[in-house]
Amino acid sequence: MNDTVAKQAEAAMIPPVDVFEDAAGITLYADLPGVPKDKLDLQLEADTLTIEGEVALDVPEGMDATHAEVGLPRYRRSFTLSRELDTGKVSAEFNHGVLKLRIPKAEHAQPRKIEIKVA
Amino acid sequence: MMARTLFPRDLFAELDRLQRGMQQRIDMTPSIRGLGRDGFPAINVGGTPQSVELYAFAPGVDPASLDVQVEKGVLTIAGERKPDTPQPDAKATPHIEERFAGRFRRVVSLPDDVDAAAIEARYRNGVLHISIPRQQAAQSRRIQIQSGDQP
Repeated sequence: MNDTVAKQAEAAMIPPVDVFEDAAGITLYADLPGVPKDKLDLQLEADTLTIEGEVALDVPEGMDATHAEVGLPRYRRSFTLSRELDTGKVSAEFNHGVLKLRIPKAEHAQPRKIEIKVA
Repeated sequence: MMARTLFPRDLFAELDRLQRGMQQRIDMTPSIRGLGRDGFPAINVGGTPQSVELYAFAPGVDPASLDVQVEKGVLTIAGERKPDTPQPDAKATPHIEERFAGRFRRVVSLPDDVDAAAIEARYRNGVLHISIPRQQAAQSRRIQIQSGDQP
């Protein structure tokens, strides 16, 4: 528990994302360059999705940084999911530093065409 | 520090202006090639006595499309990142679109003592790591001091 609190307190970068929604669900892409697969952490807690990743670069010993645009070794971003999303069926892919998440909509929330009755 | 603007109610534009103003004050050495921030890919540079190390954060790029060139002491990283936009027939609604897509090119001037012929580049986890060794002659050496005392 204390570990989680300490982790949350550490400063992190907000990764840029793309989110698309279609009739069957939501697709999310997040840019997490420099994060190896084993340092990527996806958490679903109640209706909150948290993406967290730690950057690991091969840095030679004794290197002095002269210019840094990426200043923190961690990414973190959270999203609140809505009820119609089926959090039990989330699938994830992680390639070349890009995370792709697919969150399908629950069966009952799938689109239905509503009949309009004409009196 | 609120400036008189054409549309004074546009608070976000004003915040953006303030933020850029502060950023310019923080970056004490503005480069001729622009502020050098917010570009794609983001670049970190570091050095050791033996080499110059450059890290370009370019996730989701086909390594074959990356072009790294050194000419007259200037390193150029160019390439293209394909958009991940869904097919138009999927009828998808974009909610957030923050990721960069398209062609990119970034230029970095290198120190004089590097050996451009021995440059090495690797692409791993979405980061292009370029390592350029320094010329042997330029590396610092410890000089032996010979004793002038006669035995």
